[in-house]
Amino acid sequence: MGRAGRWLGEHLLLFLGLLVLLYMFVPVFVVILMSFNDPASRNSYTFDGFTLHNWANICEPYQMCSSLALSLRIGFFATLGATLLGTLMAFAMARHRFRGRGAVSLFIFLPMATPEIVMGSSLLALFVSSGAAGILGFWTIFIAHVLFCLSFVVVTVKARLAGLDPRLEQAAMDLYANEWQTFWRVTFPLVFPGILAAALLSFSLSFDDFIITNLNAGQEVTFPMFVWGAAQRGIPPQINVIGTIMFVVALVIVASGELGSRRRAGKLGT
Amino acid sequence: MSGARDLPAAPVDKALPGHSDEDTRRRGPAGYLLMLPGGLWLALFFVVPTVTLVSTSLYDPSGSLALGYQMTGHWQNYTQSLSDYSPQIVRSFLYALMATAACVLLGFPLAYAIAFKAGRWKYVMLVAVIAPFFTSFLVRTLAWQYLLGDNEFLVSMLRKVHILGSDGYLLDTPFAVVTGLTYGFLPFMVLPLYASLEKIDPRLLEAGADLYASPLSVFRHVTLPLAMPGLVAGTLLTFIPASGDYINAELLGNPRTRMVGNEIQDLFGAGDYPTAAALSVTLMVAIVVLVLVYVRRAGTEELL
Repeated sequence: MGRAGRWLGEHLLLFLGLLVLLYMFVPVFVVILMSFNDPASRNSYTFDGFTLHNWANICEPYQMCSSLALSLRIGFFATLGATLLGTLMAFAMARHRFRGRGAVSLFIFLPMATPEIVMGSSLLALFVSSGAAGILGFWTIFIAHVLFCLSFVVVTVKARLAGLDPRLEQAAMDLYANEWQTFWRVTFPLVFPGILAAALLSFSLSFDDFIITNLNAGQEVTFPMFVWGAAQRGIPPQINVIGTIMFVVALVIVASGELGSRRRAGKLGT
Repeated sequence: MSGARDLPAAPVDKALPGHSDEDTRRRGPAGYLLMLPGGLWLALFFVVPTVTLVSTSLYDPSGSLALGYQMTGHWQNYTQSLSDYSPQIVRSFLYALMATAACVLLGFPLAYAIAFKAGRWKYVMLVAVIAPFFTSFLVRTLAWQYLLGDNEFLVSMLRKVHILGSDGYLLDTPFAVVTGLTYGFLPFMVLPLYASLEKIDPRLLEAGADLYASPLSVFRHVTLPLAMPGLVAGTLLTFIPASGDYINAELLGNPRTRMVGNEIQDLFGAGDYPTAAALSVTLMVAIVVLVLVYVRRAGTEELL
């Protein structure tokens, strides 16, 4: 294979990679396009004409915005709970010795390796057998969401902790910082990006979940459940407005996080 | 490149090589205290429910939610659900396998390009991998419903070039279901693969080429073995959720593409808890067996 062949080989892979990325974005383009759609009929899911009506009247479809509010509320509390519990666990695993380490790792890994339908079924079996099915609602959704976000938080924060040079903390201690000061001035700021990433991941997992939520929601309707219901009846284009907004908001958060960390890195002169 | 490690959902959970943190781990009760709240959550809402699920699967199915169930050790729930739903179980694993294979084919070039070819665009490309995640899974699946629809670009083009017959279609076929599954779980393949590939020293690949190995044999003998942990993690994180999914089968498939998830959901909906629970336990056991065999064969036990 000659030089030209190798050049082709090198760039062919990059080209293939970009092609796959493009494929990943095709449905996102559809979602954005459809948010401006003026459908000819209720059941029409083809692009019939351009309108800003959907963006001006986001909450028009019955119950859509209340389901959105519920999803945001659950996402907020579940993220808070899972990030808190998961970060503590990650610290315990990375920084402390205790018995039963292997078993604990296994039990953190297992929820990620359980299909949603099985996890949802087990929780439903528990909630139902623990009393009337009437307890299904906000709190059962919250419990389920914290559960499936927890493992992802532990893994994300632990990876960040494992990447830290323990000598930084030792240096702080050598310079007469006590444990508390070392933690808040050295360890925590260094781990914080990992915690933030874990929180963002938790929120998107929670906001997106359908299968587990659908089993344990009782009478409540989250946004994915609303979309599911709409898919059987006829899809209001406003669903795509919400999809577009979520996409843009998340991109802004990720981008500003990266800009922030670049700026900090710039200050440190690296 | 500081950003690369901050990225969420790189579930390959390994300490960086180079330093051992064993010596900095503290003894004492603090570790247990930190572990306690999360551990309790997992015990109460993961371990206990699993036990409840197994016991529910042994209830007498003639009971009902309102009247209560009798615990009779009714193992016939299993034989019954196996004989009723084995086509769906087999189909679930088959679709999940095809989707996982497609994810490897699509995900490997992408992860490789990000790790070795992206240069300063690495972070942007990584964000691009997870960005579609943020538009809801269901909304994106509905977008596929549109893209694969009869009157849309893709079908008309395939009809024109005679890959599809003049009345051929894509939506409501097994192809559409596998396409949806592939799309939905692709990031779970790309991120762990990338995490593994990124740790490979590019000089190893150059050394291979310097020693007159063809690009193909460098790939087979250097890249692939070093990427194995990521490949195993990625296939598990794709295969497992795909085999339990029912969203794609429902929105993109037809009644003959129903997967085991559809049946479990419908059984719960119909109030037949014992059969639904038995089917769930069956799915879980089958997955555990498949995963153990697979991980043994791949020789990466330490991942678990």
